[in-house]
Amino acid sequence: MSRAPRGAAGSRGLGTMEVKSKFGAEFRRFSLERSKPGKFEEFYGLLQHVHKIPNVDVLVGYTDIHGDLLPINNDDNYHKAVSTANPLLRIFIQRKEDADYSAFGTDTVTRKKNVLSNVLRPDNHKKKPHIVISMPQDFRPVSSIIDVDILPETHRRVRLYKYGTDKPLGFYIRDGSSVRVTPHGLEKVPGIFISRLVPGGLAQSTGLLAVNDEVLEVNGIEVSGKSLDQVTDMMIANSRNLIITVRPANQRNNVVRNSRTSGSSGQSTESSLPSSTPNILGNLLQGEEESDEEDIIIEDSGEPQQIPKAAPASESTESLSQIELLHESTQNGFLPSSEMNLNHSAGSISMEYEDPEPGRKSLEEDGTIITL
Amino acid sequence: MRRFLRPGHDPVRERLKRDLFQFNKTVEHGFPHQPSALGYSPFLRLMAIGTRSGAIKLYGAPGVEFMGLHEENNTVMQIHFIPDQNEVGHEECEECGVAEYISPTQSWGVFSRPVLSQEECQLVTLLDDNSLHLWSLKQHGGTSELREEHRFTLKGPPGSPPSATQVTAVLPHSSREVLYLGTESGSIFVVELPSFRVLEDRTITPEAVLQRIPEDNCNRRSCELVEALQEHPKNPDQILIGYSRGLIVLWDLQNNKATHHFLGSQQLENLYWQRDGSKFISCHYDGSYSQWPVSSDNRQAEPLENTVPYGPFPCKAISKIYWQTTKNGLPYIIFQGGMPRASYGDRHSISVIHGSQQTAFDFTSRVIDFFIIFSSDPAAEFDDPSALVVLAEEELVVIDLKSAGWPAVHPPYLASLHCSAITCSHHVSNIPLKLWERIISAGSKQNIHYSSMPWPIDGGTNIAPDPPQRDLLLTGHEDGTVRFWDASGVCLHLLYKLSTVRVFLTDADPNDNMNTLGEDEWPPLRKVGTFDPYSDDPRLGIQKIYLCKYSGYLAVAGTAGQVLVMELNDEDAEHVVDHAEADLLQDQEGYRWKGHEKLKTRDGPVRFEAGFQPFVLVQCQPPAVVTSLALHSEWKLVAFGTSHGFGLFDHQQKRLVFVKCTLHPSDQLALEGPLSRVKSLKKSLRQSFRRIRRSRVSSRKRRGGGGNASEVQEANAKFDQDVLQEMELAPVQRKIEARSAEDSFTGFVRTLYFADTFLRDSSRHCPSLWAGTNGGTVYAFCLRVPPAERRMDEPVRAEQAKEIQLMHRAPVVGILVLDGRSTPLPEPLEVAHDLSKSPDMQGSHQLLVVSEEQFKVFTLPKVSSKLKLKLTALEGCRVRKVTVANFGSCKTDDYSENDLAVLTNLGDIQIISLPFLKLQIRYPCIRKEDVSGIASCVFTKYGQGFYLISPSEFERFSLSTKWLVEPRCIVDMPEVTSNNHVHKSGTENAARNSRGPGRSSGDCGEDERKSGRLMEHALLNDEKVLKEIQSTLEGGRGSYAEKNLARSPLGHGLSNGGAD
Repeated sequence: MSRAPRGAAGSRGLGTMEVKSKFGAEFRRFSLERSKPGKFEEFYGLLQHVHKIPNVDVLVGYTDIHGDLLPINNDDNYHKAVSTANPLLRIFIQRKEDADYSAFGTDTVTRKKNVLSNVLRPDNHKKKPHIVISMPQDFRPVSSIIDVDILPETHRRVRLYKYGTDKPLGFYIRDGSSVRVTPHGLEKVPGIFISRLVPGGLAQSTGLLAVNDEVLEVNGIEVSGKSLDQVTDMMIANSRNLIITVRPANQRNNVVRNSRTSGSSGQSTESSLPSSTPNILGNLLQGEEESDEEDIIIEDSGEPQQIPKAAPASESTESLSQIELLHESTQNGFLPSSEMNLNHSAGSISMEYEDPEPGRKSLEEDGTIITL
Repeated sequence: MRRFLRPGHDPVRERLKRDLFQFNKTVEHGFPHQPSALGYSPFLRLMAIGTRSGAIKLYGAPGVEFMGLHEENNTVMQIHFIPDQNEVGHEECEECGVAEYISPTQSWGVFSRPVLSQEECQLVTLLDDNSLHLWSLKQHGGTSELREEHRFTLKGPPGSPPSATQVTAVLPHSSREVLYLGTESGSIFVVELPSFRVLEDRTITPEAVLQRIPEDNCNRRSCELVEALQEHPKNPDQILIGYSRGLIVLWDLQNNKATHHFLGSQQLENLYWQRDGSKFISCHYDGSYSQWPVSSDNRQAEPLENTVPYGPFPCKAISKIYWQTTKNGLPYIIFQGGMPRASYGDRHSISVIHGSQQTAFDFTSRVIDFFIIFSSDPAAEFDDPSALVVLAEEELVVIDLKSAGWPAVHPPYLASLHCSAITCSHHVSNIPLKLWERIISAGSKQNIHYSSMPWPIDGGTNIAPDPPQRDLLLTGHEDGTVRFWDASGVCLHLLYKLSTVRVFLTDADPNDNMNTLGEDEWPPLRKVGTFDPYSDDPRLGIQKIYLCKYSGYLAVAGTAGQVLVMELNDEDAEHVVDHAEADLLQDQEGYRWKGHEKLKTRDGPVRFEAGFQPFVLVQCQPPAVVTSLALHSEWKLVAFGTSHGFGLFDHQQKRLVFVKCTLHPSDQLALEGPLSRVKSLKKSLRQSFRRIRRSRVSSRKRRGGGGNASEVQEANAKFDQDVLQEMELAPVQRKIEARSAEDSFTGFVRTLYFADTFLRDSSRHCPSLWAGTNGGTVYAFCLRVPPAERRMDEPVRAEQAKEIQLMHRAPVVGILVLDGRSTPLPEPLEVAHDLSKSPDMQGSHQLLVVSEEQFKVFTLPKVSSKLKLKLTALEGCRVRKVTVANFGSCKTDDYSENDLAVLTNLGDIQIISLPFLKLQIRYPCIRKEDVSGIASCVFTKYGQGFYLISPSEFERFSLSTKWLVEPRCIVDMPEVTSNNHVHKSGTENAARNSRGPGRSSGDCGEDERKSGRLMEHALLNDEKVLKEIQSTLEGGRGSYAEKNLARSPLGHGLSNGGAD
């Protein structure tokens, strides 16, 4: 909200800007008023018009100054694209049906590849999987399996990201007992298990958790020795960004890493979490800290009023981003800033997946990220 | 990165923490839960109470208290003090003895065997597992401590039935050398003290008794079950044995023969020797008592007198009797029970007969036991009883027998906190002397019917330093009363009782007195005691209390949305209570309150006795229970909140300033009554089950075309079973769901707080009111209070300035503003009374919001988050209680700091620093299953606290090294040659050993460790004992006594209630 006008004002005050748009093999060139780029919808309509594809759903992308291919799908990134175009704005259009989402990325510079090659020769890029990010309209933290590289294969760390969905977390936990390997041999110890998934809930729809999975940690804190009620309270307290480490009841879908022999059975490693736990814990806590909820304040409200339920999801600094508003415009003024925060947090989340140790990255399961 | 800066790495801070914090459970206040036994030592003037959970508590003069706990946690059946060594030749009867002095030279015997130490008070307890325990009060570090010394279980020959050794009567002999143990089998075993070695050659078997009785009509069955054992008051060589079936034998220990026998026709309950030993009294199952002469010429006597005091119709048993002689010749006959079975069989009574005076004291709970306090001068010729001490199940009642009318004595301890159930409590530290005196004077006017007799149980010496300050604990009760307790010291003492009932019209007519018995009513029952658990109207219950100690303003709020503001008045007064209503649902439409109705108020002026007198009544509408209350005595404002919203009332102008509805539109549950919620949920579940069942059954019926009724019933039963099974099989599970704004009871106002702070801008501060809800919302209202000179002319105005929504939506349990020096703002009028530095209004203020899950510090006036501490996310526990407490260093007088004292739902206490929110220390305090204990906890402003360990007992604990209220007392054996009770050596000891108020932490820790080690030791020993028992059983019965003797004495020390 604040950056776009600044960018527009701060950049060269040239009247017009050249646009080179490519759809398939066809190029179109036209110009835009740099100071008045208009709205994204207008631009989208213009592109459809100049390429004579009025009823085709397309994805619009542009190359930024670093050569990265970035999407244009809302006013903000459209304005960003316009303001940073120097001097030419290169637009790439794909049909939605055969769109290659993975073409978009932030690390195209490091790959030292011509951005065009990604678009033109998608087979080339398939050989080298790289960080995949979802489409910007879906930009927000998502539920996912994380920390595959540092956890034992028998464990799974799942991040259930509640924000942005209306779905309930939707699962139940119960007391139970599990068999552990201890120095004194096998021992039956009390444990916490997932007892039920609510149909249509977040837990069920992600498919990452299942009934009878044993809960080992909640947001980096081990649950052993804690009561069912304590674990319940911990989970609810972390409900906006819940990271559960489980030992899945079904051990056949485990992530198998190449670097290790896959012969180790579940029982042999389950006795404890890896010794590098402090590190992980640190990461988790840090992540949690950053993506923590923000409280809302309404100043000088003369009337009792409902506080909007939507809330910013991330907090990069300690200061509460406070929204000081006039009486009338409380709700209107509030939303854009939350979106800005969203973009930011999306960036920080995506960083978490950058553990590019190529040898370890091949996964048995399809994709580490499940988009909701 | 903050997480790397956790506390615990700074050695300076660690040292300081040791000087500041220390956790101790110091003393239990109130009345022991489920008492089961009573004992008294007339010589030491100490009383002992045993409980069903195996605790034993000793009480003497106010402040003299000891506590011990049997490891077995079995019911204490009997308690017997070992008669003092100085009393050789004196008589000590079962619970109380005639300490008659014969010859001082006789008192120091020469002993070749190990004997009980003469400097110690000792007592024996009998538990319901038939084990005997020897306890002693030992002096240790300047104070006396109660320790268990030995334990013993009487064992018969192998193969004998358990009844052979089931102890029914215990007689500690005045020689202090032996215990006589009467058993169910009729045998009397003799056990040596302190070793508990059975002296088998001295056992008095029924056979031996029968052989020495020439009577033919006595058979083996006459000697079953020893009911009573009493030593002759003059001749220690004679004991009186009472068998259950009525046979009474006077046994000569020297010659091992029966000198006299007496054949009662009725089942025997108890025996009592008269002081001179010429006669004794027996009491019986049929409600009669008999007086028997003991004369040398007549060896088989007939009773002198046989009376059924409440005859002629069948009566209940007289279970215990005393016959007390007086100078004027008329004896006091005091007995328990004996009421006419049909009409008064349900009464718990003790009757006192003195000449023509007769009163049956009628107790509201079962009488456990009683004793009489009489002349402690052994040389006295007469008993001259002074007081009757009765332990009932729910209270201790002491009756003054010397004053006319036999009034009750006000006990300085063992108060029945639960005479009506406690519904809330409030603690006020450091009461100004003026207010203290006014409260005491109001209370003394209520206590005129009590006797002026000094407390008769006055053994031991309290050597604890005087309480550092005057503290009040206020308890709110179900019956609409507020009790003011002196909580400064070890004895929790009732100062004053306030009733709010008078303001309202209730069903119970105050004139409907239970004690309207006529003059010649028979039996002459008289209600005594204060225990009355029955509430006329549950709506009267007190839920919140706030007392301003500077102004004497008191606000109390109750179950039916009533808020009363009161003022202390030293005179009786009659006036009209101003009445206002606060409609908390004003903007909401279409709601229907399903709970109780509001209380009806009394029209016209009401007469109030001296004390706190209400002048304003605000009733919330709907009349839901008041969940939060705040009073600002300087601004003359009272704020109150319910599950629907909150309001502010100006009690100067008697005008409602504003109300704010906090109810979420979707929250239907909040509209039901406070109790209907849970019930209705359960009910609806049950009903839906029934509905399903009915529909299934009926459809089946329709298909089958008229199945008979029994089939249906069968099907019903089967379905019931299925449902039951399903419910049993389903494990306990918990739903994991994020909280949302639509959850129930989000509008429930949890906390209200007045503060003079920077709400709008940083240049001007103003009065403000803060409210926190169950849904994590904080409202801040800017108040405009007119200056004092125009206070009555201009209205108080309020305007909402801020609303903060905590996104984790956990209930807000505390709000606090810290001034520029990060010190919590002072209480109203605190600065005006020069008791606090005025707050720093230069630097920027900070707002601390405590939710059940997190602590957050925000800046003011521009709210931005500064710090936070997440408790639940990291530890899985939730904040239940939080208070700012001031902790002083035990090393340096001038250092003190403010911290947060926090109690979690797991029963842990955590201390969290201000303003940096760092966890300082954590102590486990209450079991997490003890929900009512956790809910009842109240912290003081100086790091102490109270919580209920039973409906009738507060446990007091201390988190501070500096403020520690615990019993420190000493019990000395009185000097043998003087009969006065000046404990010369005791006071000297006290002076020598008293280490002042600041008992060092290291010392205490050491004590604790020691007792812990001893406990372990005791457990190990126990195993050894088991082995011994086993080997004894295998190897025949000859040697077990010696083995017992060889065993190392075990003892687990429990210093003055210092352990839990």
